[in-house]
Amino acid sequence: MDPKGGLCANNCRRSSSLTAPGNGLQTNLSSDPPSFYGIGIESHFNEFDPPSPPIQSVLPGQSDTDIEIPDQENCPLSDSSNTSKLQDWNPSAMLNNLSFLEEKIHQLRDLVHLIVNKKCQPIGQPHELVTQEQQLITADLTSIIVQLISTAGSLLPSVRHTLTNTNPLVSQIDQLHGINLPFGPEPSSGIRPQNNSANKLFDKSTQNDLPNTCEMEQNYNMEEHEPKDEEDVDEGENLPPGSYEILQLEKEEILAPHTHFCTICGKGFKRDANLRMHMRGHGDEYKTPAALAKPHKETGSEPKLIKRYSCPYSGCKRNKDHKKFQPLKTILCVKNHYKRTHCDKSYTCSRCNTKKFSVMADLKTHEKHCGKDKWLCSCGTTFSRKDKLFGHIALFQGHTPAIPLDDTKGVTELPDPQNREISNKVGSVNFCFGSKPSSENLVPNMMDMKGNIDDPMNYFSSLNFEGCNFGAFNEFPQTPFEDAEGSFSFLMSGSFKFGGGESSSGNLQ
Amino acid sequence: MNRQKRSVSQNDNPFQVLTEELIFLILDFLETAPLDKKSFSLTCKAFYAAEARHRRVLRPLRAEHLPALAARYPSVTDLDLSLCPRVGDGALALVAGAYAETLQRLDLSRSRWFTGSGLLSLGARCGSLVELDLSNATELRDAGVAAVARARNLRKLWLARCKLVTDMGIGCIAVGCRKLRLLCLKWCVGIGDLGVDLVAIKCKELTSLDLSYLPITEKCLPSIFKLQHLEDLVLEGCFGIDDDSLDVDLLKQRCKALKKLDISGCQNISRTGLSKLTKISGGLEKLILADGSPVTLGLVDGLNKLSMLQSIVLDGCPVTSEGLRAIGSLSISIRELSLSKCLGVTDEALSFLVSKHKDLRKLDITCCRKITDVSIASIANSCAGLTSLKMESCTLVPQEAFSLIGQKCHFLEELDLTDNEIDDEGLMSISSCSRLSSLKIGICLNITDRGLTYVGMFCSKLKELDLYRSTGVTDLGISAIACGCLGLEIINTSYCTSISDRALISLSKCSNLMTLEIRGCILVTSIGLAAIAMNCRQLSRLDIKKCYNIDDSGMIPLAHFSQNLRQINLSYSSVSDVGLLSLANISCLQSFTMLHLQGLVPGGLAAALLACGGLTKVKLHLSLRSLLPELLIRHVEARGCVFEWRDKEFQAELDPQCWKLQLEDVM
Repeated sequence: MDPKGGLCANNCRRSSSLTAPGNGLQTNLSSDPPSFYGIGIESHFNEFDPPSPPIQSVLPGQSDTDIEIPDQENCPLSDSSNTSKLQDWNPSAMLNNLSFLEEKIHQLRDLVHLIVNKKCQPIGQPHELVTQEQQLITADLTSIIVQLISTAGSLLPSVRHTLTNTNPLVSQIDQLHGINLPFGPEPSSGIRPQNNSANKLFDKSTQNDLPNTCEMEQNYNMEEHEPKDEEDVDEGENLPPGSYEILQLEKEEILAPHTHFCTICGKGFKRDANLRMHMRGHGDEYKTPAALAKPHKETGSEPKLIKRYSCPYSGCKRNKDHKKFQPLKTILCVKNHYKRTHCDKSYTCSRCNTKKFSVMADLKTHEKHCGKDKWLCSCGTTFSRKDKLFGHIALFQGHTPAIPLDDTKGVTELPDPQNREISNKVGSVNFCFGSKPSSENLVPNMMDMKGNIDDPMNYFSSLNFEGCNFGAFNEFPQTPFEDAEGSFSFLMSGSFKFGGGESSSGNLQ
Repeated sequence: MNRQKRSVSQNDNPFQVLTEELIFLILDFLETAPLDKKSFSLTCKAFYAAEARHRRVLRPLRAEHLPALAARYPSVTDLDLSLCPRVGDGALALVAGAYAETLQRLDLSRSRWFTGSGLLSLGARCGSLVELDLSNATELRDAGVAAVARARNLRKLWLARCKLVTDMGIGCIAVGCRKLRLLCLKWCVGIGDLGVDLVAIKCKELTSLDLSYLPITEKCLPSIFKLQHLEDLVLEGCFGIDDDSLDVDLLKQRCKALKKLDISGCQNISRTGLSKLTKISGGLEKLILADGSPVTLGLVDGLNKLSMLQSIVLDGCPVTSEGLRAIGSLSISIRELSLSKCLGVTDEALSFLVSKHKDLRKLDITCCRKITDVSIASIANSCAGLTSLKMESCTLVPQEAFSLIGQKCHFLEELDLTDNEIDDEGLMSISSCSRLSSLKIGICLNITDRGLTYVGMFCSKLKELDLYRSTGVTDLGISAIACGCLGLEIINTSYCTSISDRALISLSKCSNLMTLEIRGCILVTSIGLAAIAMNCRQLSRLDIKKCYNIDDSGMIPLAHFSQNLRQINLSYSSVSDVGLLSLANISCLQSFTMLHLQGLVPGGLAAALLACGGLTKVKLHLSLRSLLPELLIRHVEARGCVFEWRDKEFQAELDPQCWKLQLEDVM
């Protein structure tokens, strides 16, 4: 995980440096993004592999859920949202856009004026200062051009997905206005590449998104950790009883494969978004943007009790009736806990055919290490570390270290090379798996291109788009220097940060 | 016919009236006299059978006799195979089959060639096995030890020098043999913290634990100190344990039962570590700190809490006067103190110490070269109850001081005056110690026959006498000893060049003689040796190196009479292959050394090697190796014998005075 994070960080830096020199902007953008996406996608595949549903089916209410939905699952959603978008197209919005463009062009002209004036200034000015200012202006210019192009693009009805690119902006503006939108920066990772490959016009905007994919990656990492040691994590938590609300799901609910059910036909879904898509089939009233929009997260305006969960299994320490009750933090925790503790272990490791798990993710984790365990107990349990084996033996009566029957050195050593081989295979498999997207970079893009014909908007409701204030765009060029790391960091942060960073480094010189 | 039969049956065995229980009772009294027992069993068939049924302890000379032995002795509980160098899995399986019900103790410490499968049959079938000695099984692996773990009732287990055993193996023992009382893991360098920790967790009844030279650290100590019955803990040479590791967590333990703690050679435990250890184990009686950190005031302060302490061993530690004085000031009364090879022991400090500990029973001041008659005077005056005094090489002690020892310490049983200035007057005084059983007066050039005569006259309980290079001794002195000390078992008159056959003839009166060393007694001939051989039937060790006048004619009576001879050194003597071959008659013979044997031809040696079936160790000159067939060497090795090939120069004997001078030069 960590190396990946590092990789992303590198890419971050690289992408921002790409935008750095104003002159090489265009060429760099067009040449580099594929490789970056390759890497981004690779890590995606590794970490959010489809075959680990338990992790992915996070709480529907959490934005994390959406993050973890891999591309394929997003696709139907985006398709449908697109069609709806098409219906929502109106001339007044176009007018808005046009006026916005006009304003932008004015701004651009002013800026160029400024540059011209600067150029005329006496040469006596320190060189550093000149370059610094130049850079600032270039940064401004870049951002304005970006906005310009993106808005202009939205005017063309055939390239509807331009909206996608403006959406983040809108979202930021919305956030500025205090409206906490349910969508995060996340979906860009899945979707952006499509745009990128589909339309060169938007190279720039997607390029600007790069840092966000990186941030996202880091988010992923954090979330990957959380469910794994969820039971340990909340050990340390010492909430006084009563300070939180205890929810207890029933066994059926916990074990249900679907958590979202259609109220009309009863069909179940893993994700709320898919349910909403499904609902459209039940009538036009479900097709409105409002109905399709994600239910808003309750903002923290009214003080809300912290939610904690109880295991329905009576007698369990995680059950609320237990004397030393220790609540579970999230529904995911409940699910994993319940499966691990009170369910049959139905997933068997295909390598060793002995280890069994009730949670698929645990099996996956085990399979990574399976075959490396060489410390064996008489009960059949294997350990990768000797001290763990001895701890186990010390704990249980009658368990004893198991020694291979032919105890000659050659024989005991023998399994090792095999293990090494296996692990090598695993490594190579992983590598192939991971490297495929990057090496055959075009493949996902090509696939995406197909989808682009009636493109995405998938993660953004039209309602929000309509509600956005274009006037806010005006403030964009000014803000970066005041708040490079702020909420604006989403779309433009790459160039903005670059501007800020460059200027500060320029000062240092 | 009928009448005849009846009369036969009536007269056949007059002991028929004796029940077997009564015979067994009688035999119980013969337990200490194997020869008498043998005579008993040879009396008649009934006695033979009774003795066979009665026998509990068996110590076979050859593993190949095991089937016959197992058939003859059905109720053996203790089987000592230490004389059988080669014990294969088959032999062990046979033992396991024959004594599945009865076998309680088994000694395999000197045997090789058995593997895990042999041990498995033992462990699986001998349910009542309680003691097992597997020391020196250097080839034994975890699988073998795991097989031993099936003997659930084991109380005592020795695994010294089982170097290939790892934590996994000892883990099996820990889980399988929960009733272990004694466990010796000395030199099991493959065992670390994890294994020892598990042993301490699982075997709660351990009373004795030897962890010498294990690569263990502090991690296993907490569980060791939790053992409630642990009395004897040996941590000799555990370099991984240091002061810092003996931390607070450990100090919460209380090892009440611990009586003996050996941390000798633990260089990383200093005064702070020691004081922590003594805090844990308040009931300590014996503390061994040999070869450790300097004995200073601070170190001794740590001993103040040990109210039960009786014995301190400080061998090889640098000692300060303050440290010794502090030992003197301890509130407890020490009974045993060993300062052997301690540098820095002074008269003043030692005198103070002994004046405070008047109950001292055993004192070892070997090689404390600074002490003089002052110390000896205070020792003699303060410690009248001394039973053992070892003061080898206290060279500054003058002749007169030894008289004092004899005058005051009447209870002495063990006295080592090797390499001292003692003279006949001293010996005369010492002869008043009538309980003396061991007297070592080697390299005492001032003593003569006169002194020895006093010893011979008054020390009738003497069992061991060492006269190594005390060249003033002649036949007369030895005769006096032989007449007075009939219980003599060990005598060493090496390099007492004046000794002749007459001394040996007089010594042959000591029928208990087991060890005779007459190296370099050039006057001794085969006649003297023959006298010894004929009369001293218990003789098991004989060293006639450099007795140039002993030849084959000495070997023949030896081979005939000394059926208990185990070890013989024939180097430089005039024995040839004829004598050597006749030695093959001694079935016990295990070890012989033959360097620079002029009359030896390879063929004779080869025949002797083949004939002596029980050989375990043979020391030969390297030049002989190429002369012996390789196959023969391999065959003998396969029987369990180890060859030691030496390439020593032929050494001419030195004049005794010259030798002593040379010795002093080296020092």
